[in-house]
Amino acid sequence: MASKNSSKQKLIGVVGAGSFGVAIANMLAEKNEVMLYARKEEVIEEINQEHSASGRPLHESIRGTFSAEELCQSCEVLFFMIPSSAFLEVVRKFAPYLYPYHLIIHGTKGLAINLPEGKTLESVQSLKRSQILTMSEVILQETVAVRVGCLAGPNISKELSLGQPAATVVASRYNEVILEGQKLLRSERFQVYGNSDIIGVELSGVLKNIIAIAAGALAGLGLGENAKGLLISRGMVEMVHLSKALGGSVQSVIGLAGVGDLVTTCNSVDSRNFTVGYRLAKGETLDQILETMEEVAEGVNTIRVINAFLKTAGIRAPITENLHRVLFEDLSIEESLQFLMKYPFSVDVDFV
Amino acid sequence: MEENYIKHRHEPIIPRQDEWPVVKLARERKDFVKKVAEMAEKRVLSLTGDNPEILKEELETTLYREKLRIKQNPWAVDPDDEAQFWNEVKQALLQINTDSHLRKAGKAKAYREVLQKITNRYSAEIASNFKASHYKFTRRVVTFGFSRLLNAARVKGFKSIFSNQYTLQDKIQITGHTDQIRDLATKGTIVMVPTHFSNLDSILIGWIISVLGMPPFIYGAGLNLFNISIFAYFMNALGAYKVDRRKKNLLYLETLKSYSKEAIQFGCHSLFFPGGTRSRSGMIESKLKLGLLSTAIEAQRANFENGINDVSGKIFIVPVTINYHFVLEAPGLIRDYLSMTGQERYYKENDEFSTSYKISKFLVKFFTKGSDISVSIGQAMDVLGNYVDQDGNSLDKRGRIIHTRDYFVSEGKVTVDPQREEEYTHMLGKRIVEEFHRINRVFSSHLVAFVAFEMLKARNSKLDLFDLIRLPEEEISIPYEEFKAACQLVMDKILELKSQNLIDVAPHLNRSMDEIIHHGLDNVGMYHAKRPLIRSTKGDILTEDMSLLYFYHNRLHGYGLEKLF
Repeated sequence: MASKNSSKQKLIGVVGAGSFGVAIANMLAEKNEVMLYARKEEVIEEINQEHSASGRPLHESIRGTFSAEELCQSCEVLFFMIPSSAFLEVVRKFAPYLYPYHLIIHGTKGLAINLPEGKTLESVQSLKRSQILTMSEVILQETVAVRVGCLAGPNISKELSLGQPAATVVASRYNEVILEGQKLLRSERFQVYGNSDIIGVELSGVLKNIIAIAAGALAGLGLGENAKGLLISRGMVEMVHLSKALGGSVQSVIGLAGVGDLVTTCNSVDSRNFTVGYRLAKGETLDQILETMEEVAEGVNTIRVINAFLKTAGIRAPITENLHRVLFEDLSIEESLQFLMKYPFSVDVDFV
Repeated sequence: MEENYIKHRHEPIIPRQDEWPVVKLARERKDFVKKVAEMAEKRVLSLTGDNPEILKEELETTLYREKLRIKQNPWAVDPDDEAQFWNEVKQALLQINTDSHLRKAGKAKAYREVLQKITNRYSAEIASNFKASHYKFTRRVVTFGFSRLLNAARVKGFKSIFSNQYTLQDKIQITGHTDQIRDLATKGTIVMVPTHFSNLDSILIGWIISVLGMPPFIYGAGLNLFNISIFAYFMNALGAYKVDRRKKNLLYLETLKSYSKEAIQFGCHSLFFPGGTRSRSGMIESKLKLGLLSTAIEAQRANFENGINDVSGKIFIVPVTINYHFVLEAPGLIRDYLSMTGQERYYKENDEFSTSYKISKFLVKFFTKGSDISVSIGQAMDVLGNYVDQDGNSLDKRGRIIHTRDYFVSEGKVTVDPQREEEYTHMLGKRIVEEFHRINRVFSSHLVAFVAFEMLKARNSKLDLFDLIRLPEEEISIPYEEFKAACQLVMDKILELKSQNLIDVAPHLNRSMDEIIHHGLDNVGMYHAKRPLIRSTKGDILTEDMSLLYFYHNRLHGYGLEKLF
């Protein structure tokens, strides 16, 4: 497949040259030409001249651009692979060049909030569902594109670039988006599942980050595998309840994008979220941790958003609530653990 | 008083009757019926995956249900040869099943022939019989009828029945994007989707269309209305095609959808009530029937497929809300709603017309009082719910021109993807509901009914709806000052919503709160024998019929105003 024959004519756009973006661009480039968007000119130079992005090697079928307009004009299918903190900004930048024929698949795990002008999460205290947006909802709100999907699953970039076997879920309300995603990404080492519950899949990817922080904390306290098993199973129950309250289905949470990703992240010492928990348990404060992290761990933001949502939702989410107290209200991690051990859980599983 | 509503009569946009799309369609009726039948046949074949076994099953199911319908639920309007036709179908199916000489291909062909026979029959049955001369006559009758219903109040005495002192446009306020709909009707094809509260709606909308100078629209009317020959005459004259709710089989539904789609593609402006039937609860429709709506999207895609990319092939969705102070059949509607939702928890109270005194009181009111009606025409949208400008261009949220065709394109060409279009229909439905809420006009009567009901509900917070509507009358009294304060609270919130363009208000709400309340109490359900709201001699607010109050209150459901209580 390395030769550039007629079957490789299609140009696929990838937005974002971070580790995940590069991994996906490389996988896409096995079958098609890829145009990779990055904001910084020097990164584009590196891509086009040295076939690498920030030192990560790139497939030869990839070329770079820093023009949103060029990317949108050349490609019908776009993969948005950007951190959630920059998501809104990038989507707004692309919006003027996007048309209804564009098909967008994003791989971002995060939540955005939609508040009236001048309001912040601190000043509103509580959030309604309509004020919380998943990334696909951000795309729908900001652009005219409707055929939107997301990528979610246990996809550690490092392993993907090494070509180790993995799988992902492409979720969309549109069958054609799922089929397109499968066609473009599927390979001998990469399985692609489809799911029509895009909200449930996005939420799974978002909520597991909360549990990942808790997993890091358990590891930091040196509490062992029994504790981790307990956390993962209770974490999943919490994810199911939250996902249901936010409009996702149970099935998606217990699928690859939910439980699959949860198990992977809770065992991954490289994960930023895991690291936050770990360092908290070692006695650092949130401010100290954030100061030395390059990118914000998404789970921290998710905890704030979900905690605000809990006030209007009328449900309990003990792990999230306790992490919120640890992160923002000076509860010590040991005390929090004490609280969780005494929490009156009555039944193991009450949602199936 | 704000006078922003339309009072003048518009010039017809197509003066020559024989150029009206409906007239053209009537001229080509025979070919059109055939085309619809063929289209329906194709749809059924594709739905059954061209598999003769599945087709056979559909045919047998249809036969079984039709025979059952003929036996259990015959109507006067049904043709005489109904039983004979279905017996022939039965014979044909029997023959195919028993004929051992027929190979698979032969059987498939034979089943297709039976299918063709049925879709032909359905198609001919559904098709409308529009006659321009009848239309003109009907228009005059309708105009006269409306004048009687609405005009009587201002001109006293028996003579008022023949008075034209106040024209209809004084009483029926047409607001909103009237010029745009007139413009677009000459450029592309309009699909009008109004809210549905009263039997009056169909006639009212027909009348509005003609006042706006537009050629008649086609619309689906229940076949039961054609049972009565005088109704049949009017319905035909207004361009109605027939919808038989008894027939729920796949073949019929597909023929019906084909009819709607082909008529839109033909360029006939259409109208359907997307809520299906009248709103039983009095609420603005929130869940729409998507079947017919999907035909608008299909027709649009088909036009693009056929290369008609300019505005002449464009389909415009125009939401319309109709507001009344009263709905004649409200007691029946809300009773249906409550017994549907409450089941055994709800039992009927004694009848509306319990005494002859009440009946005469009703009749007196009916002939001596008038009432306002308002019709708001929403901004036109394309089939994906994007607003369109005066020239019919679709605009995105930032006002950039986009092409509706792009929604149906993949890899550069228009493609057919039923699952995609299903999602689009869903989106369109949601957009229409949103627009309904936005252009809905609050009347004084809605305000007072809403406030009174919510106050009673808040006072009896332990009771559920069904206990609430059975509250003994002596417990239902609200001191006037308290009531007025609550009305003000809700009014302020409504004005805030209006400033965000999320609701509209009638001009009579610009008066003082006392006047608004007075106006509202006078008008709310004014024709009912038992009034939803009255004022006692002491000045307190009382109700004579809790379920009616609930009905009129529901008009303001869906705006989050309940939270104020």
